[in-house]
Amino acid sequence: MRYVAPTSVAEVVALLAGDPEARVFAGATDLVPQLRAGRPEPSIAIDLKKIARLTEVSLEDGTWRIGAAAPTADLTGDAALTADLPGLVHAGALIGSDQIQNRASLGGNLCNASPAADSVPALVVNDARAVVAGPGGERTVAVVDIPTGPGRTSLAPGEFIVCFEIDRPPARTSDAYLRLIPRTEMDIAIVGAAARVTLDGDGNCAGAAIALGAVAPTVVPVPAAARALVGEPITDGALARVAAVCADAANPIDDKRGTITYRRQVAGVLAKRAVTEAAGRAGNGGGR
Amino acid sequence: MSRTHVSCNINGDDVDFLCDAGESLLDALRDEMRLMGAKEGCGTGDCGACSILMDGRLQCSCLVFAPEANGATIVTVEGIAVGDNLHPLQQCFLEGAALQCGVCTPGFLVAAKALLDHNPDPTETEVRYALAGNLCRCTGYDKIIRSVLAAADRMKQEKQEVAG
Repeated sequence: MRYVAPTSVAEVVALLAGDPEARVFAGATDLVPQLRAGRPEPSIAIDLKKIARLTEVSLEDGTWRIGAAAPTADLTGDAALTADLPGLVHAGALIGSDQIQNRASLGGNLCNASPAADSVPALVVNDARAVVAGPGGERTVAVVDIPTGPGRTSLAPGEFIVCFEIDRPPARTSDAYLRLIPRTEMDIAIVGAAARVTLDGDGNCAGAAIALGAVAPTVVPVPAAARALVGEPITDGALARVAAVCADAANPIDDKRGTITYRRQVAGVLAKRAVTEAAGRAGNGGGR
Repeated sequence: MSRTHVSCNINGDDVDFLCDAGESLLDALRDEMRLMGAKEGCGTGDCGACSILMDGRLQCSCLVFAPEANGATIVTVEGIAVGDNLHPLQQCFLEGAALQCGVCTPGFLVAAKALLDHNPDPTETEVRYALAGNLCRCTGYDKIIRSVLAAADRMKQEKQEVAG
C-alpha cells in the first residue's frame, strides 16, 4: 500500500482514475478496523485531510458548506453551525468517543454506508446535498440518494464526496436527532430518528421532515409523517400520528441488538420525541 | 518496497523516522521511536489505550497511518511530565490508586490531559463523557474519575499560587 496526501481535488480525481484499487479516506475509523478484519489493502490510501475544500466548514450566501473530511469535533466546536443545525451537530457528537470525533467525518459516515450511521438521517431532514467529484467533473446529488444498501453507495468508480451543502434553515426552524443505544455512550444505534420542523408565527407546523436510521438497509425518509404535522399545532394527537406512520415506515431486521417489533415501536417513539425537540427549538426562533 | 520518511515533533523533539505506508502511528511510536507508553488494546479505535495528542487533538494512534504524522506535533504520555516532575494527573493517579494493571493508564492520562487543556474545571459528568473512549478492566473507573477531578483542583490551586 502507498500513502498519499494530495492538496487538491484534481489530484485525487487523477489518482482514483489511474488505479481502481486506490481508496480515499478521512479519519480511517472504519477503514482501519476493516483492514484489521482482513479486508484487502487498497493499492493507494489517499488521505483527504490536506485538502482545504474537504476540511473547511463555512457559511456563504446562505449555504453551509461542510467539508466531507472535516472531523465531527470541528462541527461541535462551531457555535454558528450548532445554532443553525443543532440536530446534525448532535448526531456527529454521538459518533464514538472524543478520540473518534477528532477523526471521523460526515463523508466517511455516509460512504461507509452503515444503515445505523448517525449523521445520515440528520443530513437527510436538512435536504443536504453532496458535492461529488469524479472523472466527469463535479456534480451535486441529494444525500438521500447516496446510500444504496449496507456498505454500498451510488457513487461511480473514481468518485468521492468533496463537501456537503445545506441551505441555512429559515426562521422558526430547527432540527433534532435522537438514537437508542443500550448504554449512554459508544454504541451503534438500534434506531435513530431525525426531524426538522418549521413553525409559523401562530405556532402551527409550517413544514416538517422526518427520517429514520437503523431500521432499513438505507436511511428512511418518512414524508407521510411530515404531512401528518403540517398546518396544525404540534399536539399529542399529531405526534401520535407521526409515531404510527414512522413505526409503519420502518422496515427493520431482527438481530442481537433488537427485534423487528421493538425497533418499529422505538422508531415511532423516537420520531415523536425528535419532532418535539425540534419544534421546541423552532418555537424559540431556531438558530435566529 | 521503499519506506516512507516522516519528520515530526514528538514530545518537544524534532525527529525523523522511516515507516511502512500502512503502518499505524502506534506501531511507529513503539517500534521505530521506542516510546512504549501508548499501548495497543483493540487496534480498532474502541479502547483508547493508544491515545496521543496530534496537533493538540486527542486521537487513537492505532487509527492514524504513520505517514500522516509528517509535519505534525505529537504528545505521548512520555511527554506530559516536566523533567522529573510528574504531571499533576500522573501524581494524582498514583496518590488515588487510579490504576491496577496499568495497560490503560497512558491512554487515560493523555485523554484526561486533553480534557483539562480545554476545560480546566470539569464536572464529574464531563470527565466521565470525556473519558468514555478509554476502557479500563481493573479499576471500575471511580478512582480514575476522582483522580482527574483531584488533578484539576490541584492545577487550579497551582495556577492561583503563581498568579497570587
